[in-house]
Amino acid sequence: MSMRPVTRPEVEDFLFHEADLLDNWRLEEWALLFADDGEYLIPPTDVPDGDPKRDLFLVYDDRHRLGERVKRLGKKTAHAEFPHSRTRHLVTNVRISQDAEGVQATCNFVVYRSKNGVNDVYPGHSHYRLIPQEGGGFRIRFKRATLDVDTLRPQGKVSIIL
Amino acid sequence: MNQQDFDPIGWAVMDDKARGVFRVHRRAFVDHNIFELERSRIFSRCWIYAAHVSEVAEPGQFISRDVAGRALIVNRDRDGKLHVFFNTCTHRGSLVCREAKGKTRNFSCPYHGWTYADNGRLVHQPLPESYSPECNRDGELNLREVPRFDEFCGFIFVNYDADAISLADYLADAGDYLRMASQHGIGDQGMEIVNGTQTYCAKANWKLLQENSADGYHADTTHATYMDYIKAREGAVLNLYSDKGFGRVRNLKRGHSVSESIWGTPWGRPCARAMPSWGDDIKAEMDGVFEAMATRIGRERADFICHGDRNLLIFPNLVVNDVCALTIRTFYPKAPDYFEVNAWALAPKGESQRLRDLRLRNYLEFLGPGGFATPDDQEMLELCQRGYQAHAAVEWNDISRGMLTEDGGAPAKQDELQMRTFWRRWRDLLAGQPV
Repeated sequence: MSMRPVTRPEVEDFLFHEADLLDNWRLEEWALLFADDGEYLIPPTDVPDGDPKRDLFLVYDDRHRLGERVKRLGKKTAHAEFPHSRTRHLVTNVRISQDAEGVQATCNFVVYRSKNGVNDVYPGHSHYRLIPQEGGGFRIRFKRATLDVDTLRPQGKVSIIL
Repeated sequence: MNQQDFDPIGWAVMDDKARGVFRVHRRAFVDHNIFELERSRIFSRCWIYAAHVSEVAEPGQFISRDVAGRALIVNRDRDGKLHVFFNTCTHRGSLVCREAKGKTRNFSCPYHGWTYADNGRLVHQPLPESYSPECNRDGELNLREVPRFDEFCGFIFVNYDADAISLADYLADAGDYLRMASQHGIGDQGMEIVNGTQTYCAKANWKLLQENSADGYHADTTHATYMDYIKAREGAVLNLYSDKGFGRVRNLKRGHSVSESIWGTPWGRPCARAMPSWGDDIKAEMDGVFEAMATRIGRERADFICHGDRNLLIFPNLVVNDVCALTIRTFYPKAPDYFEVNAWALAPKGESQRLRDLRLRNYLEFLGPGGFATPDDQEMLELCQRGYQAHAAVEWNDISRGMLTEDGGAPAKQDELQMRTFWRRWRDLLAGQPV
């Protein structure tokens, strides 16, 4: 399958758009960025290179579950995120490579989360598999957000989307 | 208040059986003196879970981790003998093991180079000619073993009190439940810790997590979104409050308890209770797991293990949740309002790839700091802790639910007998009673 050539600014625009959706809690729209077989993964802090089928991850969402995650976060009964925390996603160091199956993108990120008078920082790096769309833009086949922290302390939880 | 006039029987726990009223004073969650007393009278005297044998299965294998405020090495030496050492050089104190796990034949201190064999013996001091031959004649400079450690069905516990009662006695009726957790194995292959640790924390008192970990009363409210999720996937929330009842709570003695049920909860179990959405193939494979277990340990017990759920609380800080997955969760207070958690998945060795994958997916839909439920639990504990700032004005937590029927009747999962069992033990140990 031949594919149109993709540029880094195009991928960066897409990742910045994704970050903007997350920071504005437009999570239903965020979920729509994913392909029907899309996955969203966060590996364990002590096995950053792990395999979700074999190792205990923090998040191992298939497309159905990430949709349910988004629905959950829209409810008042998602207590950890009610009222919604304030977040800011910074996305940097974007690199891309293209092959027959699409585009692979890597980036570094820092997510700031503020809630209950506590400010937490989530540093990490992400690996995406992106499928270029005909009219422009991409869909996400997988997003693997690896936290570059030794333990999930003092953050305690990943109730937001990275 | 100083330690001398502290009397937890007198004020911290109100235990009025006749009236059916049980209350815990909120100072128990915020007080620094209580925090110090817990360290000396509970965490320095009780048996504390440290590791699982599968983590140190091979000669030379080691793990290092903090257990109840002490840095430890758990290892198997080249002759296959299990050890638990304090991870501190006997020279000047540095940690001698800086990796979380691995394989080694010796531990070498990074500070001055003292080196210990994997059995703890001090085998090398740089520039040895300046030391008197008397220096380690009696072995006092060898790596120090913890006063007591023991293994029960694969669970390795330590005790920092040399005079402690045996682990088996300590576990009392909880021992059989730990054995049950070890019987999910395939044939005689045993159980293993799945690679990947969930290391997290909460800004709350540690006792709140023990209360929360087997609290049947909070499920519908705290975990409303999880129930919504199950409903969306399965078309209905199965089993909950079914005509088979919603289980019971048992006092397992010495502060331990379990809340348990059979066919009583809305989730599927990787060993082995299939959800409709998992499909016929998975169900067939799980029925096979059940039949094999029934042959091995008897049908009644296999029915209990495979089709039941258990939240096991072992005093003071071990939770074995055998629910939508099988978990080991342990936690330590670092301050009155902060604790740290280590949690693992325990699974049968040799499990098929398909069932292991399903197990991990099922674990994460509910459990862990990125799950659909655990973050909300953490939030509740932190909200409680913030509420306790007003403990001088609003003094008591109420834990009376089901108290009038806790002895003769059938305490239900939604009752609070498990919490009262914990608090009564806590009260007695803090008052200085023997473990």
